[in-house]
Amino acid sequence: MSTAELLERVAAPVPAVPARRRSRLPDLRRWISPVALIVLWQLTSSTGLLPPDKLSSPWTVLQAGAATARSGELGEAFAVSIGRVGLGFLFGAAVALLLGVVAGLSNWGNVLIDPPVQMLRTLPFLGLIPLFILWFGIGEEPKIVLVALGVAFPLYLNVHSGIRNVDDQLVEATTALGFTRWERLWHVVLPAAVPQTLVGLRQSLGIAWLALIVGETVNADAGLGYLINNAREFLRTDVIVVGLVVYAVLGLVTDALVRLLERRALRWRRT
Amino acid sequence: MAAHLTVEVRGLTKRFGAREVLSGLDLEIAPGEFVALLGRSGSGKSTLLRVLAGLDSEVDGTATVRGARSVAFQQPRLLPWRRVWRNVVLGLRGRGADRALAERALAEVRLSDLADAWPRTLSGGEAQRLSLARALVREPDLLLLDEPFGALDALTRLAMHGLVADLWARHRPSVLLVTHDVDEALLLADRVLILDGGAIVTEHELTHARPRRHADHLDVRARVLTDLGVTDHASA
Repeated sequence: MSTAELLERVAAPVPAVPARRRSRLPDLRRWISPVALIVLWQLTSSTGLLPPDKLSSPWTVLQAGAATARSGELGEAFAVSIGRVGLGFLFGAAVALLLGVVAGLSNWGNVLIDPPVQMLRTLPFLGLIPLFILWFGIGEEPKIVLVALGVAFPLYLNVHSGIRNVDDQLVEATTALGFTRWERLWHVVLPAAVPQTLVGLRQSLGIAWLALIVGETVNADAGLGYLINNAREFLRTDVIVVGLVVYAVLGLVTDALVRLLERRALRWRRT
Repeated sequence: MAAHLTVEVRGLTKRFGAREVLSGLDLEIAPGEFVALLGRSGSGKSTLLRVLAGLDSEVDGTATVRGARSVAFQQPRLLPWRRVWRNVVLGLRGRGADRALAERALAEVRLSDLADAWPRTLSGGEAQRLSLARALVREPDLLLLDEPFGALDALTRLAMHGLVADLWARHRPSVLLVTHDVDEALLLADRVLILDGGAIVTEHELTHARPRRHADHLDVRARVLTDLGVTDHASA
């Protein structure tokens, strides 16, 4: 680029389009390397450099995806896994919200609840699987409990700190305006904790999928983990990859849902 | 007479640990009277205001406020998740907290265009005007102003003085203005009190007709500055 051109660019008026609008246009250049990697993968598979018992070609994976979807196998596994994450998330989130709000609002609650939670959270919760199998057997319960546990900690921590860090000045201002204790809780403290809670929600959903995958891989007779484990027995690397891709897509979709929720709930933050 | 006072404080004492911030303070404010409270940092100005606002009740002595009160703080303290007009009627929950009322109050502080904006998008002066609207919409008998212009730039502050004078003339609440700014006090108040060592040590009546100019109370200004321990009078 010549100096003249450069100067012209620098001097060009800033377009009056808001930044959000502009960033929505996808930068197509960012697709170059992912597509190239997939082409490379296909080429190494087609030339026999990458044997199918180590990793199937993208094209075979696609076909396997279509076949398992048609046979209903994939749909069923999908439904079972979603159900486990959903239930585990509901239990974990309910407990985390309850404990987080009580510990955040009351000093006694904080004194009694926070120490054990802080201690327990240092346990590697995935390491509890052997105990869970002893306690709950090998049915649905250990998987759901594992997800619930994974969800509960990050959500609790964020709800708790969201409530504890409410701006005292706002609480005082509404007190001067005649708000009762409950009105302050409802109109000031809880809304102020929403941003931090949403951060916790996103973390806990990410962990929920991780916990499910681990739980299902250790032992399952249905669900995506079972689909993957079963495929391993038959050296079907194509089906394994299909299962992994579905996990990844589910993780992305839940993340996108939380982002959507954030955009709606935190409109007041955008300026 | 005493029964008609808006504010009646007798022997008010406030301690923080061993430190006595207010020591046996007496204060009376008549209905519709504009009182400015001056004092050095740490003289107990804000503590007195917090007691009158009902935010601090752990005191000795009596502090009686008759009727409704509102506060505007140095920081506007708006709820960022409520639109501007909803912040205006925050203190009216249930009692006619409607949009029309909010818009009338916003018009008074010249913020009509921003009724639907989010508080974060307001400038410092706009946010402070909103804070004033929120305090006045409650039709208070006592308006407490805690250095409400302290964080504003000089030009905005001048505009705010005019606005406060107008609003006071229209609504006629009793006002207690806590400030560091001697000229602000001389422009706005009927009476200037000097707080020192936890009690009111001097007071000056201001009799000039409004709107006042900076040249109006030069004699009082010099005395007030002496009371506050400022010896350089060159600016007067």
